[in-house]
Amino acid sequence: MAEIVIRNLRKEFGAFTAVKGSSFTIADGEFFMLLGPSGCGKTTTLRMIAGLELPTSGEILIDGEEVSQKPASQRDIAFVFQMFALYPHMNVRKNISYPLVSQGLAPAQVKAKVAEVARILGIESILDKPVGGLSGGDRQRVALGRAIVRSPKAFMMDEPLGALDAEFREHMSEELRALHDRMKATTVYVTHDQLEAMQMGDKIVVMNHGVVEQFGKPQDIYDHPATMFVADFIGSPAMNFLRFDGVAAAGAEAVTLGDAHIALPRLQENALGRALALGVRPEHITLTDTGHLQGRTMATEYLGTTQIVTIDTAYGAIKARAPSSHIIKTGENVGLNLTASALSLFDTASGRALRTAANAGVLHG
Amino acid sequence: MADVVLSNLSKAFGATQALSDVSLTIADGAFVVLLGPTGAGKTTTLRLIAGLDRPDKGDVRIGGASVLADTPAQRDVAMVFQQYSLYPHMTVRDNLAFPLRSPVLNVPEDQITKQINAVAEVLRISHKLDNKATQLSGGEMQRVSIGRALVRNPRIYLMDEPLSSLDAKLRAELRVELKRIHAEMGSTFLYVTHDQIEAMTMATHVGVLDQGRLVQFGTPREIYDNPVNLYVATRLGQPRINVLPAGAFGHGPVGAAQIGLRPEHIAIDTGQAATIRRVEHLGDQTRLHLDMGPHALITLTDPQTTHQPGDIIHIRPQNPLWFDASGMRVA
Repeated sequence: MAEIVIRNLRKEFGAFTAVKGSSFTIADGEFFMLLGPSGCGKTTTLRMIAGLELPTSGEILIDGEEVSQKPASQRDIAFVFQMFALYPHMNVRKNISYPLVSQGLAPAQVKAKVAEVARILGIESILDKPVGGLSGGDRQRVALGRAIVRSPKAFMMDEPLGALDAEFREHMSEELRALHDRMKATTVYVTHDQLEAMQMGDKIVVMNHGVVEQFGKPQDIYDHPATMFVADFIGSPAMNFLRFDGVAAAGAEAVTLGDAHIALPRLQENALGRALALGVRPEHITLTDTGHLQGRTMATEYLGTTQIVTIDTAYGAIKARAPSSHIIKTGENVGLNLTASALSLFDTASGRALRTAANAGVLHG
Repeated sequence: MADVVLSNLSKAFGATQALSDVSLTIADGAFVVLLGPTGAGKTTTLRLIAGLDRPDKGDVRIGGASVLADTPAQRDVAMVFQQYSLYPHMTVRDNLAFPLRSPVLNVPEDQITKQINAVAEVLRISHKLDNKATQLSGGEMQRVSIGRALVRNPRIYLMDEPLSSLDAKLRAELRVELKRIHAEMGSTFLYVTHDQIEAMTMATHVGVLDQGRLVQFGTPREIYDNPVNLYVATRLGQPRINVLPAGAFGHGPVGAAQIGLRPEHIAIDTGQAATIRRVEHLGDQTRLHLDMGPHALITLTDPQTTHQPGDIIHIRPQNPLWFDASGMRVA
């Protein structure tokens, strides 16, 4: 169990900078997600925490101790990879006990530890089977067992469910999270799947091009994205951007798009430029006869209880989420009402969200 | 364009019965999606229609006439596969022209140009026509491979999971595109997938396959609201429908052995006590994982909920679905 503090962590590979000065804190016992598209630096960050890469500069503190230049073996961290490699010639019990045996633990203790881990993972019945014939799920459980048997300070997981099909993946992600809730061990988990990050994480770091875009609780990041990148990356469908040219100054409680005055949370800073984007999530748009904005419905996508409606407006195609009981035909004129308290305003030159009464508590610096 | 009628189709590969007695009508201009997991018989159905395999029993009729004796070329169907196989050394234009330049068709060159331009417009790849296929993104390549099917204007389009190798964002984009293309061209589509979102969002009609049998056929709404059995009920809906013994909330109707409750069909006010095990904030919705006595279930609540793990809430069913011991719907 451990708290992990990352300070100004940087990694260069020759001329390429993979991670450009990350800082965040992983609290003791947290399930922590490193989220971003491929090439964003999330795996490099994880590997630096584990000691598989040494940072170019910056600090990594595990329980207060600076470990950034120490080898992996001195950090007491367990790593679970996407391709869970098991020793094919050993049975399940030997695979799980291997880390303990190689540490020189007494056989009686090894036996007790393996029994405990097998009970936690629900794999007692397969302990004496060869790993060759196991199902994907059981192989994954054995790989986890080998990681947790050492009781390390923290677990590092690099897309451990990435290779599984959708249905099974959902099942394993629930199982993994339930396991964490029982053991409460600090876990750092890398994924490119925003839904997986929202679903499993206590906290999320969103990375892009080696930079930490935002760090916080899933719902806070969803409701109050710090940048346009985060707004677009989190949520499905993504946040809509209504791009317009205008003025936004501290104290304002509305913006003007064409002839529409759209209320939003009170601004606490001035926009530097005039190129702005109003950010609104699909579920914060209500379709009405009147409405702030006018548009024409282009497509509907039925999803069970809700449907996604694509609307062509003067500000581009906008996606709204509506109850599926509401029958909507394509090619109809509709009005769009935006929920004022849930809107974000972005400066498109920097991509940053302007500070407002709603997001001031969430945005850092 | 034509309707396609499958009657009592069966096909076995060795000891495996891939398709059992499937009857299905794909109306002219419909967008039918066959939904099922691996091994349900989806691809076999496509291959029997295309003429790549012969059925053991049953008939395939396209535009009113049996095509069993016809070769794949004579059937005039177009197939789009999951793996887009474009000719890498050719431009987009030449890739699209390839099927039209077939000596069998003998289409004049000015006609080819006209058709390619029209299809490129529909697919929004007009500006890429002179690019090499290798200079395209994944989404553009899949659009070109769909385009190669569209230029031929066949009687039916057969699509075998064409979006499954694309990333989530692109898939979402192309779902809307395919639906738009279908609406604009008014052609007949048969599309197979294991992805319930694709089935619900694009189809005019969904056929649910289970181990080679067609279990239900209807509009996405009918299938979601009114599943004929438990299998169908679990194929649609995210998170999945909760299934509990019929007596979990008191008496069910006669013959009911199980109660099926979609997560949104649970009212949180009065009723049975349940303990919140976990709260998942997904942004637009919050999922509550509940323990109700020995039963685990999932329900949805407001994104801004203040519920915490350990809280006890009271729940009751709303519009439940009832199933008998064999999983068939009873009410």
